[in-house]
Amino acid sequence: MTIFLNTILIGLNSGAIYSLMSLALVLVWRSTRVVNFAAAGQAILSTYLGYEAMNRFHNYWLSLPVAVIAGALISALVEALVMRPLAKRTKGTPVEAIAPVIATLGVLGLIRSLAGMIWGNTFLQYTSPLSSMGFKIGHTTIPFSPQNAAIVIGSVVVMAIFAAIFKFTRLGLSLRAASFQPEISRLSGVRVDRMRTIGWAFAGAAGAVAGALVTPTMFLSPNSLDLLLVTGFVAAVIGGLESLVGAVVGGLVLGLGFAFILQYIGSSIIFSAAFVILIAVLLIRPQGIFGARSSREA
Amino acid sequence: MTLQLSNVKVAHGAITAIDDLTFTINEGELVTIIGSNGAGKTSLLRAISGLLPVEHGSMSWRGESIVGKRPEDLVRKGIVHVSEGKAVIPELTVSENLQLGGIWRKDRADVASATQMALDLFPRLAERMSQGADTLSGGERQMLAIGRAIVARPQLLLLDEPSLGLAPLVIDQIFAAIDSLRRSLGITVVLVEQNALSALRIADRGIIINLGKLVATGASADLMNDPALRSAYLGY
Repeated sequence: MTIFLNTILIGLNSGAIYSLMSLALVLVWRSTRVVNFAAAGQAILSTYLGYEAMNRFHNYWLSLPVAVIAGALISALVEALVMRPLAKRTKGTPVEAIAPVIATLGVLGLIRSLAGMIWGNTFLQYTSPLSSMGFKIGHTTIPFSPQNAAIVIGSVVVMAIFAAIFKFTRLGLSLRAASFQPEISRLSGVRVDRMRTIGWAFAGAAGAVAGALVTPTMFLSPNSLDLLLVTGFVAAVIGGLESLVGAVVGGLVLGLGFAFILQYIGSSIIFSAAFVILIAVLLIRPQGIFGARSSREA
Repeated sequence: MTLQLSNVKVAHGAITAIDDLTFTINEGELVTIIGSNGAGKTSLLRAISGLLPVEHGSMSWRGESIVGKRPEDLVRKGIVHVSEGKAVIPELTVSENLQLGGIWRKDRADVASATQMALDLFPRLAERMSQGADTLSGGERQMLAIGRAIVARPQLLLLDEPSLGLAPLVIDQIFAAIDSLRRSLGITVVLVEQNALSALRIADRGIIINLGKLVATGASADLMNDPALRSAYLGY
């Protein structure tokens, strides 16, 4: 029973992080119909900037907003300087659909090399004042530390903020309208280009939160968030790529799934399990658990 | 003189959709643009609202050029386009669709009163405010699309085939609503229609186009009584 509960705690913790990365991918997909492979690069760059802020201020909590704002700005810049001009130049050409995806891979490579040049390909410590040692209940230590608690709480807060913005504000309505029907939105006065940039900025912020929260439980290197890109992507596909709720649920499903596989089967198949789940979802329910109605117009 | 087009040419891909078109629509007029499928009616509206670029010629609204302006800016100048095919966002609720019409407006009190006006004109929308727009019938969707335009406080309302795919009874309701709207607000309306007879009945004037060129223009009654036009373009 204890093992079962512990497994759930481990799953919730990693699920929260997967959910954030999944949100980052879904927010971009919704605003520009691009799978953003650069998300891992943007998240790592903002985490490095958070690490720098941490070294200046010697305060982890102050470094978090720095990472988040940096993440939002980096993502907005990638959209405005790379993706938008590219979409305009390739419109109506045969590479229209594939060019943006390739470009995000290019940006990922660029950011990783840049990070390697600046901070070196070594393992750095971005530490949090919270302990990464599990809480003690009586004499037993559970696999859930104060930093894990910060990860779960931080993720919930970010998701609640996004949910409130999308559901209750005029900006949220404009963002949703622009992603569903850009033309009708423009005719209603929504500045669709600006909404796309804001969608990317939100995504960058979500990725930065993921990076800055999870890195204290591991180490920081130019590639340290790459695996998170894979799990975030699988979580996003499980959730249907389209839905914010789906992104979160997809992340939790995957986090819990991994935790149970790890506990009851073994660690060697974790990576392949991610792809098996991905392929299974695509074969059985390609629109994802929370996928949009099939009648949705393109 | 409010909306003025001179020698306007619009291309849709490689095809010339509108060719050397010149006309003027006066303040407060309801003018219907008539023509068969592929005559260029939709392209014409899309060019006026900024969705399609103008290749050649000039267009002005209240003396100011509108060539090269973006739709989201033209909305702020009062040019509101209800595009073809029940232009609502099915993923949003009825209430959110209406809200979207006034999303750019600062005067929130007036947005509220314009919304009330749309609901008075189409009471069926009021009963369905919290429903998803995807649950509406075709006629209700068209009402919602026009309702969203009303919330934007249009000065020049561009309507693209509001009768398309609707039952005759519903078409009558939509046309009656358009007629009452322009009478109560005194706004200028450009109504693109294939349903020529219904459109001419509420319009002051008609402009007939074919293959992107002007064929005839005149008062609705004159067009309706011209035997040659009737058989060739009005279809009755």
